[in-house]
Amino acid sequence: MNTGKALTLQKIKESRKKRERFKKLIAYLFLTLFGLTMVLPFIWMVSTSLKLPQEVFTEDPLQFKNWIPENFVWKNYIEVFKVIPFFRFYVNSIFVAICVTLGVVLTSSFSGYAFSRLRFPGRDKLFFAYIATMMIPGAVIIIPVFILMRVIGWIDTYKALIIPAMFTAYGTFMLRQFFMTLPQELEDAAKIDGCGFFGIYWRIILPLSKPALATLTVFTFIGNWQSFLWPLLVTNSIDMYTLPIGLSYFQSQYYLVNWTLLMAASTMAIVPVIIIFMFAQKFFIEGVKLTGIKG
Amino acid sequence: MKAKYKEAVVAYLFLTPNFIGFLVFTFLPVIFSMILSFFHWELLSSGGGIFSGLKFVGLANFIKLLGFHIQNGKPIPNDPHFWYYLFNTVFLMLAIPVGIFGSLLLALAMNQRLKGIVFYRMIFFLPTICPIAAIVVLWKVLLNPDFGLINNLIVKLGAVLGVSLTGPNWLSDPRWVKPAIMLISLWMTIGGYNMILYLAALQGIPRDLYEAAEIDGASGWQKFRYITLPMLSPTTFFITIMSIIGGFQGGFAIIYILTGGGPAGASTTIMYYIFTNLYEFQKAGYAAAIAWVLFVIIFFFTRLYWKKGGKLVHYY
Repeated sequence: MNTGKALTLQKIKESRKKRERFKKLIAYLFLTLFGLTMVLPFIWMVSTSLKLPQEVFTEDPLQFKNWIPENFVWKNYIEVFKVIPFFRFYVNSIFVAICVTLGVVLTSSFSGYAFSRLRFPGRDKLFFAYIATMMIPGAVIIIPVFILMRVIGWIDTYKALIIPAMFTAYGTFMLRQFFMTLPQELEDAAKIDGCGFFGIYWRIILPLSKPALATLTVFTFIGNWQSFLWPLLVTNSIDMYTLPIGLSYFQSQYYLVNWTLLMAASTMAIVPVIIIFMFAQKFFIEGVKLTGIKG
Repeated sequence: MKAKYKEAVVAYLFLTPNFIGFLVFTFLPVIFSMILSFFHWELLSSGGGIFSGLKFVGLANFIKLLGFHIQNGKPIPNDPHFWYYLFNTVFLMLAIPVGIFGSLLLALAMNQRLKGIVFYRMIFFLPTICPIAAIVVLWKVLLNPDFGLINNLIVKLGAVLGVSLTGPNWLSDPRWVKPAIMLISLWMTIGGYNMILYLAALQGIPRDLYEAAEIDGASGWQKFRYITLPMLSPTTFFITIMSIIGGFQGGFAIIYILTGGGPAGASTTIMYYIFTNLYEFQKAGYAAAIAWVLFVIIFFFTRLYWKKGGKLVHYY
């Protein structure tokens, strides 16, 4: 009786194991197929960037050997820097993204602290104004700010690329929500020890909010790095282009002429991001989860 | 009393940097663009500076945008472009449910506790962090009708199957340009934020729910239908709301680089139309009017979904 029961239990376990293994196999197949469709365009990009222009058009993509350039034309990469100020685009993008990110994190942490931990007249009404503007499409806001930039003569300057992007309602909102979750007791204890408001902000609130600050930093940086419409509106001269605008401009000049250079430029725009991402991967993912949960 | 006063002063000091920026670059622009939508403003009017082209026109912008007139007994929209571009925008948003479903499928597969999952997750997340411009340039080359990889593969596939296949003119055929854009945006987003959110939600479902269901003899499908889906519904709700809001405003960079809104406006969205009015036609007032109509549309659909879709969410 007992052994019979054990046997059937074992049978159930075995069949479950089999089913699990089958499920895993299906999952692997599905993910690999999907992964290939994600990776192949990137591989094609790198491979094309190392070919001669005439090689690109003639080859059969089903032949594996055609994916490896016949003789690696590294010159393409050097050529990109000669035909457009690619390095300048890069520096512009990095400089603007760093300034904007610093500005957003700093000013948002100030205002987030005021909204979450301090009492002052008009606090809730003001906070409501912040939230209300978050629902309004960017296009509504961009139009007057663009006109403002023209009126005060900031078009084609770093000021226009950086300053309007430095103050976001979203950053304030996000940090305020996070600061609200920090325990009041720590603050009270610090007050008793003679800590002022700035001390509380600097020594208690900020160190306890590292995950939220990191998330805001990462998202602001990526958002600005990806930003397209605003830099397109406020830059005119090639020297002021950020990387996305520069690439778009390069594409408009070379799409019909030379794909290998285009792909070399795209590769150079993508590879550094991939490298950073490989190191900071976990960080990104946790950040996404954090914002998703907080809404 | 004095402490209270001091706290308020400190609070205002902390607020000031962000508040000034918020006021100048967000709050006042909102008010200003509302006013602007009742004006004609040709930014490029010759002579007399930028303000000389400013003229109050009342509701004229909105009447032109949304109104109809009768021609040969038939109602004709005053601005047929707007309705066509609105149609384009909604058409492109048909990719949203496909994308959400795809993200869910990927997350389900990723949740099987496989080895090497970090590697897969990285691959799928890659397009999300790459510069959009670089990716669109890449896809523009891939989709080239004569020499692009995609059409090349289609021809070769035909040869293998023994039929003659030719790929479409993806970017210059009005019928194919929208599917092409949908394809690219799906490729870019399917393994991105939404998939990560689904994966996090899946990992948050308590295992004993499944164990209890197994004891009751539930099948795999039943477990999915009656445990997984309901437990994921808050995530689905959040993702859908964000996608609706983003979808109505989305795709500007892709369209600008890929097609410039063409052929013949077949890929122009509302967002792109706002840009053209502001930047190319220099009609700031009309652009502001379109932007406000866009806001009302987004608000309406978000609210609608909030009310209808919110009922389907199971909170636990």
